[in-house]
Amino acid sequence: MEANQILFIAIALLTVLSAAVVAFSNKIIHSAFALLATFTGFAMLYVYLSADYLAVTQIIIYVGGILILIIFGVLMTHKIYSTTKKTAHNSILVSLLGGVLAAGLILFIISLNPWAANIAKDFSPTTAVIGKEILTNYLLPFEIISVLLLGALIGAIFIARQEDKEK
Amino acid sequence: MEPLFQFFNNLFPFISDWPEWLAHTVVGVVTVLLLFGFVALFALFAIWLERKISAHMQDRLGPMEVGGWHGWAQPIADAIKLLVKEDIIPAMADRTLFKLAPVIVFTAALAGFAVLPWSQDFIPADLNVGLLYILSVSSFAVIGLLMGGWASNNKWSLYGAMRAASQMISYEIPVALALLAVIMNAGTMSMRHLVIAQSGNILDWNVFNFFPLTAVAFFIYFVASLAEVNRTPFDLPEGESELVGGFHTEYSSMRFAFFFLGEYANMYIVSAIATTVFLGGWLAPFEALNFIPGPIWFVGKAMTLVFIQMWLRWTLPRLRVDQLMYTCWKVLTPFSFAIILLIGLWKVL
Repeated sequence: MEANQILFIAIALLTVLSAAVVAFSNKIIHSAFALLATFTGFAMLYVYLSADYLAVTQIIIYVGGILILIIFGVLMTHKIYSTTKKTAHNSILVSLLGGVLAAGLILFIISLNPWAANIAKDFSPTTAVIGKEILTNYLLPFEIISVLLLGALIGAIFIARQEDKEK
Repeated sequence: MEPLFQFFNNLFPFISDWPEWLAHTVVGVVTVLLLFGFVALFALFAIWLERKISAHMQDRLGPMEVGGWHGWAQPIADAIKLLVKEDIIPAMADRTLFKLAPVIVFTAALAGFAVLPWSQDFIPADLNVGLLYILSVSSFAVIGLLMGGWASNNKWSLYGAMRAASQMISYEIPVALALLAVIMNAGTMSMRHLVIAQSGNILDWNVFNFFPLTAVAFFIYFVASLAEVNRTPFDLPEGESELVGGFHTEYSSMRFAFFFLGEYANMYIVSAIATTVFLGGWLAPFEALNFIPGPIWFVGKAMTLVFIQMWLRWTLPRLRVDQLMYTCWKVLTPFSFAIILLIGLWKVL
């Protein structure tokens, strides 16, 4: 086995195992913190596919923004520490049926997809290309997204301020 | 890793005879150990310096006994004390997260060192997105602090962690915008090329570019970076008079030491970013001084900024929480936007 492959397997294990902790952990706070490893694993996979800019942006946005929001949300949940509430257990038959159906669907889609067996591409920087594309070919979607985000920002501030007035 | 590899190849030619995986592993491990050694040494020195500076500012002497000359061995004694102290974990703490938190904080700090350009040839990884990489790893520290604050199961720790998180994510914005003003002009995010673009004498450094616009950007970066590393006047997360000690209230012995190491490493990293982006990195201010090697300039400039951070700590009072947010959102952020616009306009004209 090449060193490259060992690295890939290590990254994949980190991502999948931490995702399993997110899904199966009984303490919701542990799920939230396990997302840190999942997001990092994703960023590593992007690096592996020589998408350096995407990897760094993934960390900034998901770890630096979304994960912190999730953790704050969890901290505001009622009674997270006295963990008497476990993950809900449904009847085995129903969950088995649902699981098999979902797995079959996913397997079907996987079998349809022509997977690239090997990306034999040398590493090349992507930042400049992404910047150029955004400001030329994709300028309109880019601007629409910025206006949408601005609207969301103003809306969030408006909702947050409303409580003050009622008091 | 190519520049690093070349550097080691020039020093020890026999490395090129080794198989690739062995050479990569050895060079990587040696570099990490070197950087870790640097962080540890720097922290020892900075703790001594901080004590001496605070003492002199308050008309005292500071440590004078240990080791003889001006108490130089005091931090070593402190480190040994921390090493042999009992490691206490509160009974009601979340043990896994409690143990993991200092690891994450310190790893994030050490990861930042990967892209610092110490000289023309020695940079551990000359990433194409180097500057963005440093900003991204600094967000791991926020998660580490939240983890530590939560796992301690102590209200002071949680308050400290919440304050740290809200402060650090707010001040990331002016930091990034101030750096963007320079990136826009240099057209690169690689730390090495940012410095190479500034070669010449002192007037070619980015601080004096578009005078006085980038100088203001430098000021904004410096102020915001103080908040990023939780230093006075932005040290609310640790406010010892109200929060006991902030997020590390419940930590003792080596786990506390790692929080501390992380904090000092971050002080050095933000100073090193300022040096690289605004102050010409490893370059000498005048060509006549080129005989002094690059790393000395780099460390010297960064240490000067670290000194200013300490100076401010013992000069300024702490801000209130609302003043903290006011400074970020109503002063630093609009001003950095204005600077980006003005530099853009200047470039177009």
